[in-house]
Amino acid sequence: MNEFQVSILFAAVVAGAAPIILATLGETITERAGLINLSLDGSILLSAMAAFVTAYLTHSVAVGFIIGALVGALVAVLVAVFSIYLSQSQVAVGFVLTLMARDLAYFIGNPYSRLQGPQVMPLPIPLLADIPFFGPVFFNHNWPVYLSLVCIGILTWYMYRTPMGLALRAVGEHPKAVFARGMDPKKLQLFYAVCGGLLVGLAGATFSLSTKPGWGRPQGAEGTGWIALALVIFGGWHPVKAAIGAYLFSFLQVMGIYLQGWLPSIPTQVFQVAPFPLMIFTLLLISLAQKEAFLARVEKMPWIRPFIQMLSGTPPSALGKPHEAE
Amino acid sequence: MRVELENIHKHYGSVRANDGVDLSVQGGEIHGILGENGAGKSTLMKVLSGYIRKTAGTITVDGRQVEFRSPGKASECGIGMLYQDPLDFLNLSVLDNFMLGQVSGLKNEREYYRRKLLPLSTHFNFNLDPNSPVSRLTIGERQQLEILRLLSIGIKVLILDEPTTGISEIQKQTLFAALKQLAREGKSVLLISHKLEDTQVLCNRVTVLRRGKVTGHMEAPFDTRQLLDQMFDQLPTPPSRLKASPGDTILSMSDVVSTGGRTGLQKCNILVRKGEVVGLAGLEGSGQGVFLRVASGMSRPKSGIVEVDGRSMIGKSHREFKDAGVTFVPTSRLEEGLVPGLDITEHFALNARKTRFFVRWSNALSAAKEKIEMFRISGRPRSPVQSLSGGNQQRLLLSFLPEAPRLLLLENPTRGLDVESAHWVWRHLQTYTARNTSIVFSSAELDEIVMVADRILVFFDGKIVKDVRAEDTDSRELGRAIAGEI
Repeated sequence: MNEFQVSILFAAVVAGAAPIILATLGETITERAGLINLSLDGSILLSAMAAFVTAYLTHSVAVGFIIGALVGALVAVLVAVFSIYLSQSQVAVGFVLTLMARDLAYFIGNPYSRLQGPQVMPLPIPLLADIPFFGPVFFNHNWPVYLSLVCIGILTWYMYRTPMGLALRAVGEHPKAVFARGMDPKKLQLFYAVCGGLLVGLAGATFSLSTKPGWGRPQGAEGTGWIALALVIFGGWHPVKAAIGAYLFSFLQVMGIYLQGWLPSIPTQVFQVAPFPLMIFTLLLISLAQKEAFLARVEKMPWIRPFIQMLSGTPPSALGKPHEAE
Repeated sequence: MRVELENIHKHYGSVRANDGVDLSVQGGEIHGILGENGAGKSTLMKVLSGYIRKTAGTITVDGRQVEFRSPGKASECGIGMLYQDPLDFLNLSVLDNFMLGQVSGLKNEREYYRRKLLPLSTHFNFNLDPNSPVSRLTIGERQQLEILRLLSIGIKVLILDEPTTGISEIQKQTLFAALKQLAREGKSVLLISHKLEDTQVLCNRVTVLRRGKVTGHMEAPFDTRQLLDQMFDQLPTPPSRLKASPGDTILSMSDVVSTGGRTGLQKCNILVRKGEVVGLAGLEGSGQGVFLRVASGMSRPKSGIVEVDGRSMIGKSHREFKDAGVTFVPTSRLEEGLVPGLDITEHFALNARKTRFFVRWSNALSAAKEKIEMFRISGRPRSPVQSLSGGNQQRLLLSFLPEAPRLLLLENPTRGLDVESAHWVWRHLQTYTARNTSIVFSSAELDEIVMVADRILVFFDGKIVKDVRAEDTDSRELGRAIAGEI
């Protein structure tokens, strides 16, 4: 407690949130295109394993990241093809893949457990890292953390400023109308499922090569996929809001670690579990924000308005309902 | 540009939606495609727009044979379609909708398209705000937006599927002026309609379809009698208005305010008497739907008083409204009225008066058989409801109505039905009024309202702007009220 420093706390939040943000942004892209990739939790583990093993064998972190991303994309392709082209249930396929990918990761990764492998080196950004407070919080990390920050900006720009992003938002709203406008909704959905999968794969690689370096059972990334799925809803399918959710979750996790030290009388499990019910509570708030009765009640409290508005978000209209030709 | 369709076939299993249709369209003409529901008009036009693929036949554009695998291919050849249910994006802005399909890549071209949209919009006397979300537009405005978008991508043959359904008289005039202007500019317009009067004022030529086949071609001026003969096997007889002898008040609303829909409901005051048929006119979503839902207890008003039979119903559930004799039949048959996936017998089992632990299938089956006979539903007790045609779904829904409801609330009871089915529905409903049931119904067809209602309420922007007896008014006056000009 004596060495408590706010900048260190926030630096830990930013670093810890990096893989969660990558996974959440990946799923945001996928769901915006109208697909639900429920396999997130498993594919994060599988790509974490693949990234660590290839990085260990090739002594190259970069190769690890590339393989990790590709594994994430591969799982996403499976979900997408089964759903879009073979009309199977996204939920069923995604759920089965979650379990399968997880077990596959433990099985293949077993010989590489608890080995000392390569990991991403810190890369403080010259000059920027010396800015008081903001320097250590944002510019004294390694490149996956910078990537997570940059991705938030790029994805927001892509979705709301470019024609291609407009098509992405459109295909999740009304695939039939996209078809009528001469585009191929199936190809678009497949493409964005792959893009989302690549980011999820990068999230896995970030876990095993940076956030929680190494491979083992458990690895430490378990559960992140489910949190990411919840954060997409929390963020109202908007990249910036989803990222804020990821930072909130990371903050709760980091605070848990601090509080453990400060309040030794409380069992440690409380702090490990606390972020999850708190997330559920926030989700409840969000759904409340969409209820008419609730909105009518807060009408007289103008200060709460922008907060409510920020929380509300509507899902893509055609989420989970892929395009069927007539 | 000259488009020719030869021997077009489109089969769905054993059903022949199009059965050897020929059609040719020249540049500069407005060509009507007439026929009752299910005649194959929309199918034929969707084949031409590339939205569905034909089973057989050839399409030639300017003498060159073409094959449309998707709407994109058709629009490259200059053919575009305005679909009956607008294929647009409610959650996106007008400008985004306009751009979608025209733009690609990463370059932000919003400003370029904003500058393109505005003059195009004023050229046709349309009034569209590029920043408004499409969910705030009326059906008519959404059509205008689609037309502008199609013209902007270089469409030379414009297909419109029942464009005058659900739009105001003024919007209709604007639309017709725009279509005439397009024809003057050398473009062709194909207009699907089941309304003769639309084709009368607009078209140079018509092609009539009946059960997937062409039954006639005609050049303007058209002989109405002959067209009707070509459209129908036998001419339907319209129901006439029944003489109402209104009794006591059954439903009263005072100062009712409610949210919902596009406009909500503002300060609504109304009395409905026993045995009265009240028609709710107005643009789609001007408050009629909200009104019916409040009157049936499906949604609760924010403030105001609702009384059924002199008893206050504020805070009461839909169930209690039902027990008070109020029955509501919503528009969307498959979304709110029927359960897709269940068959006719299962629906009767669901409706069984007493719930028991076990389903009495024999009772349900005999009820199903009896009602199929009585309501002349073409289906079997085991037919899944979604396989029934629109007309038969509506008959099935009507067969669920209680014997003697006191107040029937019907939302667009004849939406999507052909003339014959619609008339059947009204003749059936009139048997209720003979038993002193009051009927309140909404409809997008002003003619229908004028034909059967005793009293007409006109909704505009969530308010009742006109409340008149049917014999004291005419369509022209009502049309003005619908557009908000009183």
